[in-house]
Amino acid sequence: MRVCVCIKRVPDTAANIRIGSDGKTIDPGGVEFVMSPYDEIAIEQALRLKESAGQGEVVVVSLGPSEAAATLRSGLAMGADRAVLLKDPMKYRDPYGVASTLAEELKKMSFDMLLFGKQAVDDDCCQVGSIVAALLGLPFVGIVTKMEVKAGTATVHRQVEGGHEVVEVKLPAAFSCQKGLAEPRLPSLKGIMASKKKPLEERSVATVEPVFEVEKLEYPPRRAPGKIAGQGAEGVAPLLNLLKTEAKIY
Amino acid sequence: MSNTILVFAEQRAGKLKKSAIEAVSEAKRQADKLGGQAFAVVIGNDVQALAESLGQYGAARTFVADNPALANYSSDGYARILAEAVRRAEPAVVLLPASAMGKDLAAGLAGLIKTSVAMDCVEVALADGKLVVKRPVYAGKVTAVCTFRRMPAIVTLRPNVFPAAQPEPARKSETESIPLMFTAADLKSAARELMAVVTKRPELTEAGVIVSGGRGMKGAENFAMLEELADALGAAVGASRAAVDSGWRPHEFQVGQTGKTVSPTLYIACGISGAVQHLAGMSSSKFIVAINKDPDAPIFKAASYGIVGDLFEVVPALAREFKKILQTA
Repeated sequence: MRVCVCIKRVPDTAANIRIGSDGKTIDPGGVEFVMSPYDEIAIEQALRLKESAGQGEVVVVSLGPSEAAATLRSGLAMGADRAVLLKDPMKYRDPYGVASTLAEELKKMSFDMLLFGKQAVDDDCCQVGSIVAALLGLPFVGIVTKMEVKAGTATVHRQVEGGHEVVEVKLPAAFSCQKGLAEPRLPSLKGIMASKKKPLEERSVATVEPVFEVEKLEYPPRRAPGKIAGQGAEGVAPLLNLLKTEAKIY
Repeated sequence: MSNTILVFAEQRAGKLKKSAIEAVSEAKRQADKLGGQAFAVVIGNDVQALAESLGQYGAARTFVADNPALANYSSDGYARILAEAVRRAEPAVVLLPASAMGKDLAAGLAGLIKTSVAMDCVEVALADGKLVVKRPVYAGKVTAVCTFRRMPAIVTLRPNVFPAAQPEPARKSETESIPLMFTAADLKSAARELMAVVTKRPELTEAGVIVSGGRGMKGAENFAMLEELADALGAAVGASRAAVDSGWRPHEFQVGQTGKTVSPTLYIACGISGAVQHLAGMSSSKFIVAINKDPDAPIFKAASYGIVGDLFEVVPALAREFKKILQTA
């Protein structure tokens, strides 16, 4: 089983986000960058597929700045076999730009399955996997919480409001991974040591014309200062009063 | 620029989703500003009458793909039909609800017509031939203002943000049929079945009221208390990451950066300290009530109203009072 996993370097979810001096991108100062959490799930799933098949290869691919090499290394430390860094000359690339660039490079590779996180937790665009799949002519199922592979067919559960859809697709196919699919392993010390010697290939990619541009970033509107309705159960009556007279909830 | 707005009206089992009504209403508002028309698209089985009924929310014409093969959602099947509607309508903008289906379909369409989607937008402005949208990024820690350079623009709308129009039941939409241009066997992926979790509670992303619990709940069994309060209010029950990671609630109920982003009218946070990743997912709620025994918990900074105290006393009291009020109302 050969699985290719596309991953992204993003700010840690615990990070406070400040707008940078250009007004269009975030200020990276003091922000810890990590692998997007859903991408870790995708790598874990890829490793499990390879392990249960008893053979194969897991390749991690990332489009990003040269610092994304560290993100790829953490994928290698989890157990991926090799990594490809697509060094991005653009500071911001819109989703179609990301997808078309990835698709160009993935065309040169061969795999049975292509995995993505269900979304990157920075720009929350949740579409790159689907667009890549369309450009490569592959079936795509997004937001997958369960997967079984048998005889070249994957049966997956796709999360929807109030339940899940059961979808069957023939491989090769692309999927985006949701929490619940596979709990990501922590890299072992041995894995971390081994990751330093695993191949990490760097490729350069072209710039693209964006479909949309980020004109600026804004902070969300500040909330008006709140009121403490009271202490303990005695706060309930004043709270209900505020909800009725001010918030007009009922 | 075209002055047509095309909108995907999502239905499940013949019933329009609330977020779809919001999207059709917004399509009509935008079309009115352009002096154009709102066209809708309905895909499913036995949906002809539903298609006509979209007139009540302002659709002038509705493209209908009505076929038993379309009863269940198919990523590429639905996308191909929507792409055909785009070809026929030549719209400036394609709107979809930012639901599970709407987001998946928007991305599928983008793959077919080679463009990007602005996902989960909270504001849409169309002026001087330019489409500008606002979308929360970093789970709402900041908002990106984006301008499209290429049309048609594909935009998904966050549920609970765009107001639904008052329906005018007498107004019918004309309909135009889109025949199936593929067989079920041609489809690369199609849902074989939909396994619904039986619940009387609304979905988190569409709920008007959410009651949510965090680490302070102390255990899975104590969520029964939140469910009681939720049911008194017709609310959904959410959870913080701490509660989900402790195994007290399944992940689909998680609110926050690695869960769902919600914007209900009222969000009641019980025993949630207010980690930045949780605040990101719920701070666009209209009113936030925090119940926490720690007066310094960050959740109180985000809250409209707070009660400092033991949630095990406050929540049952609140449920009791709400039941009384709402029964007599």
